[in-house]
Amino acid sequence: MARDHVANIRQSIIRMTHRSRSSHVGSCLSACDILYVLYFKILNIDPQDHKKPDRDKFILSKAHASAALYATLAERGFFPGEYLDRFYVDDGLLPGHLDMDAVPGVEVSAGSLGHGLSLGVGMALANRQTGNTGRIFVLLGDGECNEGSVWEAIMLASTLRLRNLTAIVDMNKLQGFGRTNAVIDQSNMADRWRSFGWEVQAVDGHNIDDLDRALRGSPKRPRVIIADTIKGKGVCFMEDRLEWHYKSPDDEQCRQALDELERKH
Amino acid sequence: MRTMFVNCLIEQARKDDRVFLITPDMGFSVLEKFRDEFPDRFLNVGIAEQNAVGVAAGLALSGKVVYVYSIIPFITMRCFEQVRMDVAYMRTNVRLVGVGAGFSYGPAGASHHAIEDIAIMRALPNMTVCCPGDPVETRELVRRSFYHEGPMYFRLAKNGEPRIHGEETRIEIGQAVWLREGTDVAVVATSNMLESGKVLTDKWVGQRKSVSFVSMPTIKPLDHGAIDILIQNGTPIVTLEEHNIIGGLGSAVAEVIAESGKGIRFTRVAIPDEFCHVVGSQSFLRKKFKLDDIQYHEVAN
Repeated sequence: MARDHVANIRQSIIRMTHRSRSSHVGSCLSACDILYVLYFKILNIDPQDHKKPDRDKFILSKAHASAALYATLAERGFFPGEYLDRFYVDDGLLPGHLDMDAVPGVEVSAGSLGHGLSLGVGMALANRQTGNTGRIFVLLGDGECNEGSVWEAIMLASTLRLRNLTAIVDMNKLQGFGRTNAVIDQSNMADRWRSFGWEVQAVDGHNIDDLDRALRGSPKRPRVIIADTIKGKGVCFMEDRLEWHYKSPDDEQCRQALDELERKH
Repeated sequence: MRTMFVNCLIEQARKDDRVFLITPDMGFSVLEKFRDEFPDRFLNVGIAEQNAVGVAAGLALSGKVVYVYSIIPFITMRCFEQVRMDVAYMRTNVRLVGVGAGFSYGPAGASHHAIEDIAIMRALPNMTVCCPGDPVETRELVRRSFYHEGPMYFRLAKNGEPRIHGEETRIEIGQAVWLREGTDVAVVATSNMLESGKVLTDKWVGQRKSVSFVSMPTIKPLDHGAIDILIQNGTPIVTLEEHNIIGGLGSAVAEVIAESGKGIRFTRVAIPDEFCHVVGSQSFLRKKFKLDDIQYHEVAN
């Protein structure tokens, strides 16, 4: 079942970026397994009652991977799959970066990096203060951790001991214009978060069981999952290639990618 | 103004759980009373304005009405994109409360002068821009803010401004306040220039001129109706603000006049489009930039 859902999400992303000729397909594919585990195994959510007050909230801070979130929400039943045809096109419904007004299930609008963790801190604090049991999950990119505002939020979250807050870093090791560690050396990413007072766990970001295990439990402090991922994961000619931060699959590449995902299925 | 703001906030917080106050490490000798009475609804996030605004938006998305207090340049410009995305775009109930309008922090230097804030805040969709000019306007607009839906910016001056309005005055968001009606000239003032507007009006009235004196405590939405009345009457208008001549009250009023299709005599009194490199107090800088030195014959017939 897991493979079915994840493959469906990946295939939706290929079709969406192909149809709209939009960027960031690689950034979407690295995050699919994380999104699948969150939306199908971890989050306390109800697609029929998407505003229920005690729900868990997910913030996609690396919002350029919006296609991955839209595809996941459709797969989980938040809205009809046909909506995905209206991604990034004229008279569309789903913008390339997130608009919370667009469809049910998108908790926050986003698109500029380094905003999401601060929003998550505010939500986690509000929930703790009002006795709301809902937990907050925030997905960041590793390149996004170049933003100083991310570290402002990290410092405050541990000071406040927000144990209802979980961050996940999609560590795909490529960013806009280079290898992440060549642009800004973050090879000690786990140590950095740990030294700022967070519980840290490093996992294979494409292993469903490992992700599932890491995202359970009740931490004593804010918690970060450093998810080791591959940009473009699942489509061999896209994997670990910077160009797929920008390119969209043409007709032939789309067919190849869908075939490959079907075979692995 | 600062004291009035925090007193109104405390009064509301006693009966309203939604009220929350965040500061990026500012507010010494102003915010202690709130902090001590509501420790669970006060948060010093440290010297980190971007995070302050993001956290405020997260709280607001969870049902709080969140006030973020700092000096104007830091609460508007340092974190402008958080204001744009997390406050304006998402229409969160965040109130940015900036102190130090114009040259309030005169001798502290240009880093602490607030001369562009009205312009940049009023260009943001969904943002309401309030610039109270005395403690009564502050009280009225802060009280309205508890039940206003959507983001707001408050441009406060400092403390010790004289009361211009009577105690019993009631003011709505978006409403101009007529303090005097006349036909020779209209003085339209905002924010910390309200007192100067009063002085100017009194001087011209003493010279037997018929003067309209209008306070504009909300710049956005602007009270077009009040300006329209002056245009219809053909009254020369002079706007007063301690803000860059580009983008503030004068610009907002000019837009209404230009689109009315009627020409009237119009003068903007504001800070010229330059950074201040001279050192001095607020009153010294006002003289230097001729904000307090307007002659009747320069602006009216």
